[in-house]
Amino acid sequence: MYQYTAFDRQFVHARAAQYRDQLTRNQAGTLGDDEFRPLRLQNGWYVQRYAPMLRVAVPYGELNSAQLRVLAQIAQDFDSPSPELLAHAQSTQDQIGNGPAPKLTTNYGHFTTRHNVQFNWIPLDKSADVMDLLASVNLHGIQTSGNCIRNITSDERAGIATDEAVDPRPYAEVLRQWSTLHPEFAYLPRKFKIAITGSVEDRAAIAWHDVGLRVLRNATGEVGFQVLVGGGMGRTPVIASQARPFLPWNQIINYLEAVVRVYNGWGRRDNIYKARIKILVKAEGQRYFDEVEAEYQRILADGAKHTIPQAELDRVSACFVAPSVDAVPLAAQNAAEHALSSLAQSAPEFGRWLAQNVASHKNPGLRAVTLSFKRLGQAPGDATADQLRTSADLADRFSAGEARVNHDQNLVLPWVRVDQLIDLWHAAKAAGLARANIHLLSDMIACPGGDYCALANARSLPLAAAITERYQDLDELFDLGEIDLHISGCINSCGHHHSGHIGILGVDKDGQEWYQVTLGGSDGSELSGPARAGKVVGPSFAAAEVVDVIEAVLDVYKDQRDAGENFIDTLQRLGSDAFKAAANGARFATARVAA
Amino acid sequence: MALTLISKADLPEADAQDSSTLALANDADAQTVALDGISHITLNFPKFTDGRAFSQAYVLRRRGFTGEIQARGDVLIDQLLQMQRSGFSSAVLRADQDAAHGQKLLGHYSLFYQGDAMGAPRFLQAA
Repeated sequence: MYQYTAFDRQFVHARAAQYRDQLTRNQAGTLGDDEFRPLRLQNGWYVQRYAPMLRVAVPYGELNSAQLRVLAQIAQDFDSPSPELLAHAQSTQDQIGNGPAPKLTTNYGHFTTRHNVQFNWIPLDKSADVMDLLASVNLHGIQTSGNCIRNITSDERAGIATDEAVDPRPYAEVLRQWSTLHPEFAYLPRKFKIAITGSVEDRAAIAWHDVGLRVLRNATGEVGFQVLVGGGMGRTPVIASQARPFLPWNQIINYLEAVVRVYNGWGRRDNIYKARIKILVKAEGQRYFDEVEAEYQRILADGAKHTIPQAELDRVSACFVAPSVDAVPLAAQNAAEHALSSLAQSAPEFGRWLAQNVASHKNPGLRAVTLSFKRLGQAPGDATADQLRTSADLADRFSAGEARVNHDQNLVLPWVRVDQLIDLWHAAKAAGLARANIHLLSDMIACPGGDYCALANARSLPLAAAITERYQDLDELFDLGEIDLHISGCINSCGHHHSGHIGILGVDKDGQEWYQVTLGGSDGSELSGPARAGKVVGPSFAAAEVVDVIEAVLDVYKDQRDAGENFIDTLQRLGSDAFKAAANGARFATARVAA
Repeated sequence: MALTLISKADLPEADAQDSSTLALANDADAQTVALDGISHITLNFPKFTDGRAFSQAYVLRRRGFTGEIQARGDVLIDQLLQMQRSGFSSAVLRADQDAAHGQKLLGHYSLFYQGDAMGAPRFLQAA
């Protein structure tokens, strides 16, 4: 992991102190709410449905156990509303649907698709104290919201993937530093998200980002970036266009400076829904890219001062050496693998965990293990204070003290010895984090939705719970295979519904919750094919219909699939008509429509 | 260049119609605007959240403009540091702003990561 220097540490503390001054002035009435708003947002503080929400940045997903423990402490000590507020929130929620709403929970953190950790109940007057606590372990909320360059996301297997050409983490860190408190780019037309991978398999959905970067080697072994610009979800899903097939690695900041500067000048500011760079790229096309190239040339002519020195790359890269996990001798590896196979035979539950939750590693003596935060009784990606603490303990005991928040809202332990997998399985199982459902239907992505978020049109979590309940049987989940189910409570698409094989979008009609279903989306992974948005099945469904719709769609798959064929492949092969017809046939509350 | 804070009350009612002064519109291209004979440029913040003038100031400095670049409009003390670092030399504060506190905020950070109109990135300074 990146080791914070004295400068890095004092910078985070200075940021926390700056925030405390802003909060103090807001509370004293000398900094108005409108003027305070973008300042608190750029520190991760939203004001949500019932309480503020804090979004803590986890740069490119890497957390150490000390940081996890502080997140646990925040969940325990700060993430709790007053009894009055909780009662008010619950009674308001109870009036939304038919019958009482699910119980709102407190004292937990929530993993997001962008490697952030969110808390939902911290009172704003405690917010500066929380920032100080976060700063004590080099954590913060810098640029996790607001119209600026956001927290940079990456591959959950960065530095350990077997298909990796170049470890993207040093570049992600250099870009994090460049984008942190950039004076010129703090008030862009809209938010700006960068994702970076160095692998063949895209585990970071780079084409769905404002800027997607793939670090690779050319034929002569030089390192550079494929640069994609102008992707995004939201109301208008757009796949990013390639700006450069291979930009020398040391030019990446100079080039991104051109990309963002032209966007800052040209991006629309008259309509929030048309302000993202994707709209600019779509509207201007080649003219935008020509201007970026011209600006890049001007930056070069001016001395290209953000050309990354080799010494700086070396300094940062030195932080990302593999931790000193004891080498596993070949004989021990073989013995361990033998033990794994025999336990997998006698305990099928373990076999499934091994198949779904354990991934290969650059180091043949190690594995990457995903702790599943997708289970009955808790919302996708939610972790209680106890679970956060337990995760820290598991990271210490089995993974050199490191864990990673991944794009699918789970935690990955990246440095697990193959001869400790069985012990880890027992420990994770005891903690309720060993559900063998990674990449399966119930490993769904879902945003917090209308239970917490002020933007949501509909709730995501009751749906996620209903689907989890319907698909509890691991035999059935296994039989259905790998399926990306993504749920967003509104068009802002935090639940990435556009990229789900099955996408669900909450919409509001006449104050009622409705859900639009899409089929065939892709995040750009090998399984899913080139990144693309799913297609809408038909008019929105009532909440009570959605689980049946999913079941009807999956029945078509089970009926029509070839041996060993994945859901997305059957859908691509057959086309969506049969699936649409089945979905529409599952309507009982909404009027039936012809498929 | 340190940022000079100017209170709105100290501004004349109307700017002198002087050929050496240029009021650059928010959507003007700072790269191509003619600067011959210009010694004073005002850039506008129609709303404090509209960040186009930061880039305009940066580009003007890159072109070698050494005269005054003044921030006008919705200028708040919490954005002064960004103005100074982008190349502004003065800022006319919105009437309700506390100039003394603004001056204090300008000194809150001692160093930054990235380069700006005032200097090189940290990775070049450290090297």
